Amino acid sequence: MLETRNLNKTYGLNRALTDINLKVPKGVIFGLLGPNGAGKSTLIRIINQIIDADSGEVLVDGQPLAPKHISLIGYLPEERGLYKKMKVWDQMLYFARLKGLSQQEAKKRIHNWLAKMEMSTWKDKKIEDLSKGMAQKVQFISTIIHNPPLLILDEPFSGFDPVNAEIIKDQILELRNQGTTVILSTHRMESVELLCDQVAMINRSHKILDGTIKEVKNSYRPEVFRISIDQPTLPIPTEWAVQTDGESVHFTLPLSGKTPNELLIELMNYGQVSNFQEVIPSMEEIFIHQVKSTQNG
Amino acid sequence: MDKIWLVIQREYLSRVKKKSFLLATLLTPLIFPAIMAIFVWIAVEEKENQSLRIIEVVDENKLFFMESSQQYAFSFSDSSPEEAKLLVQNGDRYGFLYIPKIDLKNPQGITFYGEENPSMSLVSYLESSLKKKIEDQRLYDSGIDPQILSDIRTSVDLKSITLNQKGEEKVSDATVNYAIGFLAGILIYMFIFIYGNQIMQGVIEEKSSRIVEILVSSLKPFQLMMGKIVGIAGVGLTQLLIWIILIGTLTTVVTGILGLQMPQEQAMELAQADMIQTDNSEFAEILQVIAGIDFISIISSFIFYFLGGYLLYGALFAGIGSAVDAPSDAQQFMLPVTVPLIVAYMGLFVFVLQDPNSTTSFWLSIIPLTSPIAMMGRVSYGVPFWELGLSMLFLILGFLATTWLAGKIYRIGILMHGTKPSYKTLWKWIKSSN
Repeated sequence: MLETRNLNKTYGLNRALTDINLKVPKGVIFGLLGPNGAGKSTLIRIINQIIDADSGEVLVDGQPLAPKHISLIGYLPEERGLYKKMKVWDQMLYFARLKGLSQQEAKKRIHNWLAKMEMSTWKDKKIEDLSKGMAQKVQFISTIIHNPPLLILDEPFSGFDPVNAEIIKDQILELRNQGTTVILSTHRMESVELLCDQVAMINRSHKILDGTIKEVKNSYRPEVFRISIDQPTLPIPTEWAVQTDGESVHFTLPLSGKTPNELLIELMNYGQVSNFQEVIPSMEEIFIHQVKSTQNG
Repeated sequence: MDKIWLVIQREYLSRVKKKSFLLATLLTPLIFPAIMAIFVWIAVEEKENQSLRIIEVVDENKLFFMESSQQYAFSFSDSSPEEAKLLVQNGDRYGFLYIPKIDLKNPQGITFYGEENPSMSLVSYLESSLKKKIEDQRLYDSGIDPQILSDIRTSVDLKSITLNQKGEEKVSDATVNYAIGFLAGILIYMFIFIYGNQIMQGVIEEKSSRIVEILVSSLKPFQLMMGKIVGIAGVGLTQLLIWIILIGTLTTVVTGILGLQMPQEQAMELAQADMIQTDNSEFAEILQVIAGIDFISIISSFIFYFLGGYLLYGALFAGIGSAVDAPSDAQQFMLPVTVPLIVAYMGLFVFVLQDPNSTTSFWLSIIPLTSPIAMMGRVSYGVPFWELGLSMLFLILGFLATTWLAGKIYRIGILMHGTKPSYKTLWKWIKSSN
């Protein structure tokens, strides 16, 4: 769906993007991760044709990015913006028409969406009279009103209470299931693990890792196992930092060059192994680890 | 192009639908006839409710005579100045005019005593009566009958006619031309300031509420900027049109009603005491002058300079709005916009209307930053075709230049937050290619 090749962008002396190569396949939720100021917003702005890259190219379905692609993209910026004095209905209509929908089609879709989100009664309210969460919903609908095959969401859950965040999450998943490609920029890792199929992480203008969630997690496995032994028959070595819980002991061990099976056989000598589980890092841990290591390096 | 049209529509409708627009549009024209009505009403009331004011006159020359009017009666007496002053103090007399023994060649010491300051009309009435009497007396003394002098007195009225290349003659009158230039110039000046500011506010609103990020992902910044400028121009034109219609009708109605209430004689008295009386032939002449004015060319050039000036400055206002985060930060960049406007405004009064064909007037009406205001001061006097053409061409070029300049600033400015740019950074934005 979307591909970037050797994208570079500098602002004065600051490098915002350095040789960014990304491949976003069709119909996935692609997490774009990175700390603040890493270059995510710059990348998103380039894809949205708000700014131009200094070098490199962006391909949409294999074609170089061009103004005609505007209607294929739905963009929800991190900093939400609506005309405070405009009515919900007028506002949505304006954004929908700017994305190229006809008046008639736009009206029909807004009507359906308002009904779907149970917002029909608000349509003549001014944005300034809405709560923040309501306004966020208006913004979200405005973003997807033209059924874009590519959706770029920058921190889509900020400003929502848990109930509404759930509604938005369901909408995103539903859109993905209908074939929409979603680029999700966030630093909320729990939503990444729940939603994303693939991720790319950017730090200090460089891409520091990418792949499917599974690939990323696999490559960052610390090869450590969490072990529980019931009623140990042999004394457990003290350097294993055992936590005792009644009859059971719990501890973690690195593989240290052994295979998991070899380790398991060794452990079986100490008693009944009731838990033998590899420690899988969360995306958050990987994120923090990666950011720290690139900063130190 | 479709998208620019959408932006224009939004900018136009969102403003025209506002209650404040409706109020300003409907109430402002009411102000002029209302002020006129109040003045006329006060004058009429004053005339009707006035009690006769008696003025004591002590003339030690036994020479003067004042004709009493509806408002003032003059009582001549031989009382001493002290007694007369006492009358004023007691409130028995409105005032006391003291004429001591005077040298007719150099009359001095004539004094008016009153409990309050005498009105301008009373002072000028007294002065002109005294003056006339003294002059008449001196004529007698020189052996000239004032009647003869009055017969000799001739009024010369210069009729001015403009000749164009085709030999068509037109009666012209500098006063009428002055008024047209004055009005048109001020209107353009006000329009540029009021609506230029609206553009700036609009841009700042979109920028500070971050709507712009969504907008520029759908259309080019330049389209957004032009859509806003043109949309607001539409608002201004709408307002102007409504004003013209409303002011026209209301003024006609109000003057019509009040004109009937106010007897002709009183209307005359209200005017200055020694004003030259307008007779019918002069009135006809004014009509002739108005008929001689080429309204089509004035109106078409007014619309041209009205829009041209607005577009030229509107782009600058948009550029400034895009560079700052809040209206209060805009001050530092306003100088290059306000200075030429004020120069044009001052120039209109100091140079253009005084001498429309001077070199300064010429340049003021050619340079695009000042021409929209300055040229309007000249148009009604008649401007050579090539000068008008040159000025218009320059204005179009100027508009393209400021739009290009503003577009460069706008494109970068609207996405910049939290930094207070200086002229240096603006210059960097202008130079940068993307």
